[in-house]
Amino acid sequence: MPEALRERSWELLLAVILVGTIVYNATQSPVYLDVDNFVNLFRLSIEKVIVAVAMTFVIINGEIDLSVASVMAFAACVLAAAHESGVPFGLAIAIALAAAASAGFVQGLVVARTGISSLVVTLAGLIGFRGAARILLEDRSVGEFPDWFGDLGRADFLGPMPFALVLFLVMLVVGGVILHRSSFGRRVYVIGNNADVARFSGIDVARVKLVLFTASGLVAGLAGVLFAARLGSVRANIGEGFELDIITMVLLGGVSIFGGSGTLLGVALAICIVLNLRNGLGLANVEANTQTGVIGALLIVSVLAQNLLDRLPLRRREVEAEA
Amino acid sequence: MSTAADVARLDGARNRPGRTAVWIRPERVKELSLLGVIVVALLVFGFLVDDYFSGRFFNRVTTSVAITAVLAVAQTMVIVTRNIDLSVGSIVGVTAYLTGQFASSNPSTSPAVAIAIAVGLGALLGAINGVIVAYGRVPAIITTLGTLAIYRSWLISHGEGRTITADSLPSWVVDLPTRTVFTIGGLDIRVVFAVVIVVVAVLQIAMQRLRWGRRLYAIGSNPEAAAQAGLPTRRLVLGAFIACGALSGFAGFLFLSRFGNITVVAGQGLELDSVAAAVVGGVSVLGGSGTLVGAFLGAVLIDVLDQSLVRVPQVSEFWRNAILGALILAAVIADVVVGRRFRRRWSAEARPHTKVDSSTDAPDTTKVPALTAPEQGGEAGDA
Repeated sequence: MPEALRERSWELLLAVILVGTIVYNATQSPVYLDVDNFVNLFRLSIEKVIVAVAMTFVIINGEIDLSVASVMAFAACVLAAAHESGVPFGLAIAIALAAAASAGFVQGLVVARTGISSLVVTLAGLIGFRGAARILLEDRSVGEFPDWFGDLGRADFLGPMPFALVLFLVMLVVGGVILHRSSFGRRVYVIGNNADVARFSGIDVARVKLVLFTASGLVAGLAGVLFAARLGSVRANIGEGFELDIITMVLLGGVSIFGGSGTLLGVALAICIVLNLRNGLGLANVEANTQTGVIGALLIVSVLAQNLLDRLPLRRREVEAEA
Repeated sequence: MSTAADVARLDGARNRPGRTAVWIRPERVKELSLLGVIVVALLVFGFLVDDYFSGRFFNRVTTSVAITAVLAVAQTMVIVTRNIDLSVGSIVGVTAYLTGQFASSNPSTSPAVAIAIAVGLGALLGAINGVIVAYGRVPAIITTLGTLAIYRSWLISHGEGRTITADSLPSWVVDLPTRTVFTIGGLDIRVVFAVVIVVVAVLQIAMQRLRWGRRLYAIGSNPEAAAQAGLPTRRLVLGAFIACGALSGFAGFLFLSRFGNITVVAGQGLELDSVAAAVVGGVSVLGGSGTLVGAFLGAVLIDVLDQSLVRVPQVSEFWRNAILGALILAAVIADVVVGRRFRRRWSAEARPHTKVDSSTDAPDTTKVPALTAPEQGGEAGDA
């Protein structure tokens, strides 16, 4: 009974924070509760949010992918370079997505085969794929994409929602089903809890990791392409530093950095909190950098609070286990 | 059986011809191969670039490497305890800016005072990280990801977009990077570089010889075992973060004197450079292994490549990151593939000894844990 409560307590805490944020924001600004404002707050960070879904899988698996922002830029630059050299645009998008997926695949292969910490491998990826993006576009800015591509990024797709937001919601549902209702999802958790035990239980650990890193690369590529559509032009330095924001969202969602625990629901709540908090602080004329500081503090305090909350029940459980 | 083997081994050791076999120990292979790679890189660039080996190039590298080298060493002290400090870039920014602010409003500031302010501030910020990690039991990556944002955003709101300018600083600060201790064969040994070498050497000896240093390695090798053995792990981890912060503060001072003009975004991104240098230098991010000298050499290698690539006509400057990324990957893969083979042989040879060593606090020698995956279940249990 306390176990079940403990399992959900994090999401509960996040929900309380979210409601608090929304209520506070609503009292601060009359335009806050507008549907357009809600859609807009997603619109401006939609790329990060999409990548956060894939990152959730990777971190629950006990790994990390620092390269996502660079792979985003890499995919966008591949798209731009292909477009520039006269490749049909649909094909250019396919090439960009394939490039991003292979970027993830290569990193996954190194992690799965050599057992080198993914922190290191994807740090190399962070630097290397940003470099690849730079080689492709140097310091130029490439734009003049087809109109329909610009519409994909900016126009309303379903009701007031742009395509990327619809995609995010679909990914959230599909991802939730895979993570929480499929055997693959269970394997992701088991490996994250204890990779050795997983291996001895006959799980193909290397294959799961390979799939996750490839998926992470592909999703980052998708986000990069959508980012290009929204911005209307691409430079090699787009999305620099996004990885930290994305990881912050996932960790705030209660996903353990050591793997094996966390839910997509928690991450979805954390995403809403971060976006609403930024939006609310923005409406209250708090500068963007202070917002970042507040979110940093929230990240630390949330884990700190969790540790304090955990202390009592944990001790009791240990005593019971010994008895 | 084992005693017979022991005796045979001891005899073997006594009869061993030179000292080289003893001197080339597994943990030193990393540094030696790194040194080899640096030499190879220099030779290759020497071929590609006309007039490559010049005093100016030496000066450029030694001046610019000083900052990343200090940060790589700082980062290593935290990483060996199986933690990480992603806030070093922000600490550099804060200390450089505040020290600059103090020095420009007090033109009579002496070097000792300026350095003390930078180091003290850095230590304070490091202590905040350390307390949250060690006593609040918040994973280091989360803590320092948070303080990375917090320190920086504090600095931005404190600075209000103002820039510290070089001409407002006391002249000794701006002149420091070009000060030379002595010149050998046309190469100027700059004060800053000499100081950094001394700092690295002293800290390396401390990490290797002092009980404090050995205990940091012990914690990183196996936190549970270190706690079981009665080590004050919390205090030690706090100490590592304070040391890292203090060194980052020192790097902040070097940053101030090198660039003179300090904006509120100073030092952004240095955290990844420091981790990259440490990793190239053979420091395991899983903790417990790696040396400060290695991290220093890693920083030197990256900087040599950085400064050299610009001068190769066939390669545009835009290749810099791609090559650096490939280098990091190559370094760690080589370490695993080659290192594993070497270390297996060494550990087989030295097994009777490691049994004694690894139970006390001298874990760096011929152990293997750095290669095996960490047991993530242990920490995940209470998360």
